[in-house]
Amino acid sequence: MTPPRTTLPGDAAPPAGMIACHDCDLLLVRPAHTARLCCPRCEARLDSGSRHSPEASLALVVAGLIVLCIANLYPVVGLDANGVRSATTLVGCATTLMHQDMTLIGLLVLFTAIAVPTFELCTQLYLLLPLNLGYRPPGFALLMRLIRTVHPWGMVEVFLLGTLVALVKLAHLARVEPGIGLWSFFALILLMAANASRFDPVLLWERYAACRPLR
Amino acid sequence: MPPVTMISAASRGIWLCHGCGQLCRAGGSHAVCPRCGAPVHARKPASLVKSWAYLIAAMLLYLPANLMPIMLTETLTGTQRDTILSGVVYLWGSGSWPLALVVFVASVLVPLLKMLAMAFLLATTSRQHRWAPLQRTRLYRVLETIGPWSMLDIYVVALLVALVQLKSLATIHAGPGAVAFGAVVVLTMLSAMKLDPRLFWDTEPPKP
Repeated sequence: MTPPRTTLPGDAAPPAGMIACHDCDLLLVRPAHTARLCCPRCEARLDSGSRHSPEASLALVVAGLIVLCIANLYPVVGLDANGVRSATTLVGCATTLMHQDMTLIGLLVLFTAIAVPTFELCTQLYLLLPLNLGYRPPGFALLMRLIRTVHPWGMVEVFLLGTLVALVKLAHLARVEPGIGLWSFFALILLMAANASRFDPVLLWERYAACRPLR
Repeated sequence: MPPVTMISAASRGIWLCHGCGQLCRAGGSHAVCPRCGAPVHARKPASLVKSWAYLIAAMLLYLPANLMPIMLTETLTGTQRDTILSGVVYLWGSGSWPLALVVFVASVLVPLLKMLAMAFLLATTSRQHRWAPLQRTRLYRVLETIGPWSMLDIYVVALLVALVQLKSLATIHAGPGAVAFGAVVVLTMLSAMKLDPRLFWDTEPPKP
């Protein structure tokens, strides 16, 4: 049996206006003005210095979700070998692998290229929409932690490079046709990169504290 | 912005919540962040042991990942077995040497260098050396960034397997090497995640 977790009492809170570097644990005084802040000891980026509007983040997330749907519904690559045609979507890749008793690899592809990006975008929509309207979304803390845990496993950009390599390999065998899915994945990467650079947990927590609970 | 002095938060009994960036007063082994409820620790718990364990598992699987075929191509003339290296050689031979270079770097060089660098970081940290902490932190950031790119070959195999199912001409199957290679990528990423770069900067072991 695990002992009960001790929540730290509020009056024992550390001095306000201090931050600690996440890479070297250096204790710093947070500057009064918002500016680009790097750790003077280990060069870790502690604050991007820009305060992006949450409306723009929301727009990027919605655009990302639409493009994600298109990218997964249309084939990524098509193949034409003397009249024998075949085309595949990303889900098709994963299911074919699973049918070949390569379930683990199929699940890995499914998880890293579809599940993680979808989860990230859906969760951000769920978090940003109420915050923009001035309400606290239930489960905010848990979802913020989940996004953090899951983010390194999203690999859409690696999948895109993999598609290009596969195209070149197949070009010797048959006529290859890049599909709508391929272009959509390219757009998705740009949208997700723009969104990830704006995703700032510290800022979201500040907004969360300023909002009122949802009844 | 100048620091107060070069002191670590842990030495002042302050722990950083990795979930939300909140500073917390040091608690016991089951302390949670008062703001977001995530478990907080002075350093990632059992960082070196876990990191070593994932790294050794990855090193063991690196051999089958490179020696066993990752792709089996069945054509009318017979079955061709492709390992990662033979795939690179094929790309090079067919004239697309920039792509051969990309695949070689992503699939052969990066996993190998990543495992060697992890072993180097872990070995130097285990000995409680506070040696070149800035350079080691930089190396750690590089490792974190390049980690996912080794998945390249897995995606290539996945696409080829799904596309080339032309019964009369050729079919492609994934080989056992692909499973081992996928495991190497996942395990090295886990190993890097478990390592706490703040250990590079500690002059004394953190109080529990």
